[in-house]
Amino acid sequence: MKLLKKIYLATIFLFLYAPIIVLIFFSFNRSRTRGHWDGFSLHWYRELFADPKILNALYNTLSVAFISSVVAVFIGTAAAICIFNLRSFIRNIILHVTRIPLANPDIVTGLSLMILFVFVFRFFHFGTFGYWTLLLSHIVFNVPYVIFSVLPRIKYLNNNIFEAALDLGATPFFALRKIILPELMPGVITGFMLAFTLSIDDFVVSFFTTGSGVNNLSVLIYSMARRGINPKINALSSLMFIAVLILLYVVNKRDVVLSKFENNPGDVQ
Amino acid sequence: MKNHLIELVDIYKKFDDDFILRNINLYIEKNEFLTLLGPSGCGKTTTLRIIGGFENPTSGDLLFCGKSILNLPPYKRQVNTVFQKYALFPNMNVFDNVAFGLKIKKVSKAVISQKVKAMLKLVNLSGFEKRNVNFLSGGQQQRIAIARALVNEPEVLLLDEPLGALDLKLRKEMQIELKNMQQKLGITFVYVTHDQEEALSMSDTIAVMHNGVIQQIGSPQDIYNEPKNSFVADFIGESNIIDGVMLKDFEVEFAGKKFECVDKGFELNEKVDVVIRPEDIELLPENINEINGEVENVTFKGVHYEMLVRQNNYLWKVHSTVMSEVGSIVSLKILPDLIHIMKKEK
Amino acid sequence: MKKFFLSSYILWMIIFTVIPIILVGYYAFTQTENGIIFFTLNNFERVFKMVYIKVFIRSLNLALICTAICFFISYPVAYIMADKSFHFSSTLLFLFLVPMWMNMLLRTYAWLTILENNGLINSLLKILGLQKINLLYRKETIILGAVYNFLPFMILPIYNSLEKINHNTIEAAQDLGANTFTIFVKIIFPLSLPGVFSGVTMVFIPAVTTFIVPNLLGGGKFMLVGNLIEQQFLRLADWHFGSAISLILIGVVFLVGIIFSSIDINNEGGNLF
Repeated sequence: MKLLKKIYLATIFLFLYAPIIVLIFFSFNRSRTRGHWDGFSLHWYRELFADPKILNALYNTLSVAFISSVVAVFIGTAAAICIFNLRSFIRNIILHVTRIPLANPDIVTGLSLMILFVFVFRFFHFGTFGYWTLLLSHIVFNVPYVIFSVLPRIKYLNNNIFEAALDLGATPFFALRKIILPELMPGVITGFMLAFTLSIDDFVVSFFTTGSGVNNLSVLIYSMARRGINPKINALSSLMFIAVLILLYVVNKRDVVLSKFENNPGDVQ
Repeated sequence: MKNHLIELVDIYKKFDDDFILRNINLYIEKNEFLTLLGPSGCGKTTTLRIIGGFENPTSGDLLFCGKSILNLPPYKRQVNTVFQKYALFPNMNVFDNVAFGLKIKKVSKAVISQKVKAMLKLVNLSGFEKRNVNFLSGGQQQRIAIARALVNEPEVLLLDEPLGALDLKLRKEMQIELKNMQQKLGITFVYVTHDQEEALSMSDTIAVMHNGVIQQIGSPQDIYNEPKNSFVADFIGESNIIDGVMLKDFEVEFAGKKFECVDKGFELNEKVDVVIRPEDIELLPENINEINGEVENVTFKGVHYEMLVRQNNYLWKVHSTVMSEVGSIVSLKILPDLIHIMKKEK
Repeated sequence: MKKFFLSSYILWMIIFTVIPIILVGYYAFTQTENGIIFFTLNNFERVFKMVYIKVFIRSLNLALICTAICFFISYPVAYIMADKSFHFSSTLLFLFLVPMWMNMLLRTYAWLTILENNGLINSLLKILGLQKINLLYRKETIILGAVYNFLPFMILPIYNSLEKINHNTIEAAQDLGANTFTIFVKIIFPLSLPGVFSGVTMVFIPAVTTFIVPNLLGGGKFMLVGNLIEQQFLRLADWHFGSAISLILIGVVFLVGIIFSSIDINNEGGNLF
């Protein structure tokens, strides 16, 4: 029975990892044809770093992901703190509206933002699709993720610690900075990581909201894949996979530390 | 005229159209240990939070040494609070928790260190400075919370059911320690609890609250011996509360018998509540001139026996060191000055 | 200060969440002719043409199959990992999620390498002296790609709900004489339903609307709702019709949300069947 379970899990793992392993494997292939092993080569990696289009898309992807998640963390954390203390009726309305972009299919979020931008451009006779519409869209879909990562932390916060700080002479701002924010930090970090990775992963919203000439990796790969696939993409995928692996490893360790802290026996509920 | 330290004047508090505090008038003297006592939801914690500055009353005033402090935010009041669930700052160690208030007041490092040390010694936690507060036991967290408040040398310390989360033995020990601390430091304590025993053993003054209204204010002895109404009588200690009729001054009828009593000033034939403490009833052999009943149940309570005696439709609770057998017929003897007559609440 | 932040956020929400949806609604209920915009229900009438109904049915069909497959694969995975005697669950969970942090396009693209005509499988077949098979551009390929992309979104919520079950309830059931099968049917499965529901929504909705998977693995031969919308907006520039379809999608999502949240509320009563 135990063996059966292991075999089952192993099969699922194989299913999940097989394409990735194949992808990485063939990124070292000398020839252009996939499925044929013609010997080891770093040729495609060299090509990759000589391709300004791909490097530019990489830069766009990373900068949009970073800026949008930082901005989303600020907006989302402030919003979460404000929302939490509202009367439940108004709070529920705001939370339901906040949840809309999460519940809606990406394609709807993407095209509705596209319509919004077009509308603004026409109305003000100003602006065009480009880097900043891409960035703004990413902030928009990242904010709810931050809010819903931070809210549970606020819920489990001992209500009285803010009051206790005021009671001991701290101003509300000081109490927020020294007591509340450190307590919300794990939620804020989770929100940031979620936002960052979702932004890197996003294709649909970017596809609808970026301008011509401004590509992130997803959009670039989409257009390349339709024209016939280039092994440079294999090389790029492999590098990104390794990067994600390292990033997740670092973050996960941090999470383990935090979760230990959360589960300690003396913790006041 | 001498000013009271704290004075609550005609305080009303409304939450969502419900009055949860009505007509609260209360004053607290310097060095007094005042307890707000009542069942959960009676408004005692809200009253405390108004004094602490975490809630604003809908109407009424709050005076500190004769001056209104309603417009002062909590961080400017000379009042510190020990919260029900301690509310220690989980991101700081013991020392930083206790030192928090002093650091904000920009007290010098040397003084902070010395004061924190002295305070930790007072609460028997010397050497705990570097500990993580999340790993301390409930009792230790409780002491840290008290130390954190007391180190600021407040005029008044507000305590919101501070012992509620502790087990019985620890609670008894902490009651004694808290009382000692209060007397030693000469600080005014305003203490909130639903535990009548705790209130009786620690307080100088008790304010019994129910449904947002103060029912009675007085010393523990007054409140126990002379409860003002049936709620207080029932809430403080155990009581037999039975319907009665005041026939005339010094004579009341209940349980189908006429009794001599010490109360007067009621209308003729006014319906009243008669309150009799279980320990004030003496059980004697069956006697035609007294109330007779059958012992239904006997429980040993450590120091005394508790016996339930069925008389017609009423079950009397009687405490006595002498046990009467289950099934035996006994008569209940009650002395006139142990019969408490109370006006019926409308 | 706080009021300022709150009203800023509400404004943000109105601009970027509420107004875009209102705009979609505006386009859905209007048409443009010779530069004049007028109110009409034509866009919705058009949706009921046979061509488009077929697209809807195809999408729903694919998404349902995909969701069902994901469920049947994921439940045992989550169940095995949630077992208290299973020691590596947090590491394994981590490993299950890693592929998900890779760009979805790259993930889907990777399958091309395996499945295409000169791909890995066909090369293997050739070595074994067998006939090549056409694996790409089939309905099954699209389902495979969708299952691959959305599987972890089913595993994770089910795992979370199974992991939260208080072990005492299972022991209590054992104590009361329930066998393993009864415990699963009467206790474990009902208690994991919230996770199942959220897994189903998290797989079903993206599966209905995906247009990357059919475009890459289906070779554009299979028109699904996602492709239809993309086509209306980006290639045919018929925003009115595209908006009408999108509005219907929003309605469906809303409906699914309401149904599942009402089931969820019933769950809290503990009375499941």
